[in-house]
Amino acid sequence: MLTLEKLRIAQEGFLLTAEITVKAGARVAVMGPSGAGKSTLLAVISGFFAPASGRVLWQGKDLTALPPAARPVSSIFQDNNLFPHLTIQQNVALGIRPSGTLSSAEQNTVQDSLARVGLEGFEARKPATLSGGQQSRAALARMLVQAHPIAVLDEPFSALGPAMRADMIALVRALCDDMGTTLLMVTHDPEDARRLDGDLALVAEGRVTQPARVHDLLDNPPPELRAYLGSHHI
Amino acid sequence: MTRRPAWPGILAALLVLGLSFGTIAAVLWRAEGRFALGPADWAALRFTIVQALLSAAVSVALAVPVARALARRRFIGRGVLVTLMGAPFILPVIVAVLGLVTVFGRNGWVSGLLAMVGLPPLEIYGFQGVVLGHVFFNLPLATRLILQGWLAIPAERFRLAASLGFTSTHVARQLEWPMLRAIVPGAFMVIFLICTTSFAVALTLGGGPRATTVELAIYQAFRFDFDLSRAALLALVQLLLSGTAALLALWVAVPQSLGAGLDRTVDRWDARRPGLRWLDSALIILAATFLLAPLAAIALRGLPGLTALPSEVWGAAWRSIWVALVSVAVTLGLALPMGLSIVALRGRALARGIEAAGYLSIAASPLVLGTGLFLLIFPIADPVALALPVTALINAVMSLPFALRALVPALGEIEAQYGRLADSLGLSGWARLRRLTLPRLRRPLGFAAALAGALSMGDLGVITLFADADAGTLPLLLYRLMGAYRMEQAGAVALILLALSVAMFWMFDRGGRVDADA
Repeated sequence: MLTLEKLRIAQEGFLLTAEITVKAGARVAVMGPSGAGKSTLLAVISGFFAPASGRVLWQGKDLTALPPAARPVSSIFQDNNLFPHLTIQQNVALGIRPSGTLSSAEQNTVQDSLARVGLEGFEARKPATLSGGQQSRAALARMLVQAHPIAVLDEPFSALGPAMRADMIALVRALCDDMGTTLLMVTHDPEDARRLDGDLALVAEGRVTQPARVHDLLDNPPPELRAYLGSHHI
Repeated sequence: MTRRPAWPGILAALLVLGLSFGTIAAVLWRAEGRFALGPADWAALRFTIVQALLSAAVSVALAVPVARALARRRFIGRGVLVTLMGAPFILPVIVAVLGLVTVFGRNGWVSGLLAMVGLPPLEIYGFQGVVLGHVFFNLPLATRLILQGWLAIPAERFRLAASLGFTSTHVARQLEWPMLRAIVPGAFMVIFLICTTSFAVALTLGGGPRATTVELAIYQAFRFDFDLSRAALLALVQLLLSGTAALLALWVAVPQSLGAGLDRTVDRWDARRPGLRWLDSALIILAATFLLAPLAAIALRGLPGLTALPSEVWGAAWRSIWVALVSVAVTLGLALPMGLSIVALRGRALARGIEAAGYLSIAASPLVLGTGLFLLIFPIADPVALALPVTALINAVMSLPFALRALVPALGEIEAQYGRLADSLGLSGWARLRRLTLPRLRRPLGFAAALAGALSMGDLGVITLFADADAGTLPLLLYRLMGAYRMEQAGAVALILLALSVAMFWMFDRGGRVDADA
């Protein structure tokens, strides 16, 4: 279980509090207006931003003071998820170890994960020669070899078209199911949240709501969510 | 957050600080008190300021119309011309001086033309020569800085101006004048600063009691009179002068000149009148001629001499290459750790301290550094034997500000783009440097190395202080040949020096670009 305990996230003129639990293996879509603090919340979980107070716990273990690489968390960002000077294979290999030097068994792991995301044969290519969707797949392959129990995705597919985004979300769902990964993913699109078919947490008005079933919430939105979605949702 | 250790950068900064202030201390210590500026020293100070003011004023005044012409005209070769305007930076001063003498000297091309219509020849040596040399070097810089200002005006403004029926007078008043007011003071100050530290131009085109800069006076006090207290005092005067100029330049916010994006032109409906077209064409042709004629003169003069090169050339060339390569290594060895620390400590006072140490050499005088090192080395070893390593070291310190200018923004960019990803993957220390920073830094690193190499290759500064005649660098040999009026050979040597400088620049800059992924 991922627990955000009495979390207070402060930036200039901005305060966000969170008191929520996320069950292990849950898939949580994180939604809310721009500037509400969705990205900052994810940054606190992955260790890029220190909270003013409160704790981040995973299975009862306090993560709050750990640097990003020491946390059981894989991160995928909006962009710059791949180092452009390294090949796809090298980029994925970094998920196993920073030096990127692998044993042959580990090389097979990289190979398998690339095959799993549909990037067989792309090992030697540089990121710039891949399409946006393929780059996302490569980042997911790295997430696979990292094999961390938590994955936080900050609008990872926002640059992709609707059809491609649906494909990617299906892939993320399948990968998380395979590995039992606990997923938090920021998205702006209620359709994406539905496709993820898990829970939804709303970040609005300085507060993070406890995740609840996405379909229930979207079918019957509470006032804050209704305000965010506007009249022409669903 | 993963932090890089800051100590390598701090160490490098301390080294630079020690070198800058330690050498002044050494000079002061040996000066043994007798501190008074003589009339000749006051004259040198006055001359330095007056020529720098005039050089900066002329450069900027000429650059404004030339930049305007370049900003609003499109023609074949425009890109080449703009690129060439960046070239004086890597052009050895002594080579340019030889070219200027060939064109503007008493027996030069222009004097020849004047003689045909019965006018007396030009006199290049003295005040006017120093200003001419400085304008030659700084007109292109001023043009690029001001052109950047022009191109920074959004194209939409000019479209709006066109739709409102603005004439070029209106455009000048509403759009161009406000931009110039923001850009010109900075350009003026940076050129003033460059001209106050001038040594090689003053050494070759100035001299004598009426055209001696403070730097040149330091050289004379040290080399001819071995008057250390005067050298030390002048060193302080120089530091004060360029320090003040540097602070003023910082205060008026110097525009960046290393940026790209000068290849854009904006459609200018207000500038379509034939009169303006002719004016701009004439300005561009004049500016190009002024810059290219001396280079052409070198080529014309040097090519025939290539068959009769003096035998010392190859030894001197070899020493120059060697000094330049060492200088490149030292520059990068200082700039990289300093840049990494500046970015890692960003926002803290320590980062600003390291950065300030790196830029200190803009105000420090290479001749003072040289004199100080001479005095420090003297009790331990023969300074003449160490002339080349000392030259390499000082050249490296002089290149440091340019290297930092290139590296620090790039390092900041790398951290901004990939810092989080690297942190989340646990890339730190050596692995981060090798797998992320260095590969992403290739272009600016290549560019910094290229600048350092070319600057060192063409340097005629500290080497004049204490190299002996048969163990000097190529610029020193060229200076000696010119002094002996062996102009044919000087032309050939200048050509070789120019070729080596350009090759040095090209090699490193290219090395950073080849196979670098976007």
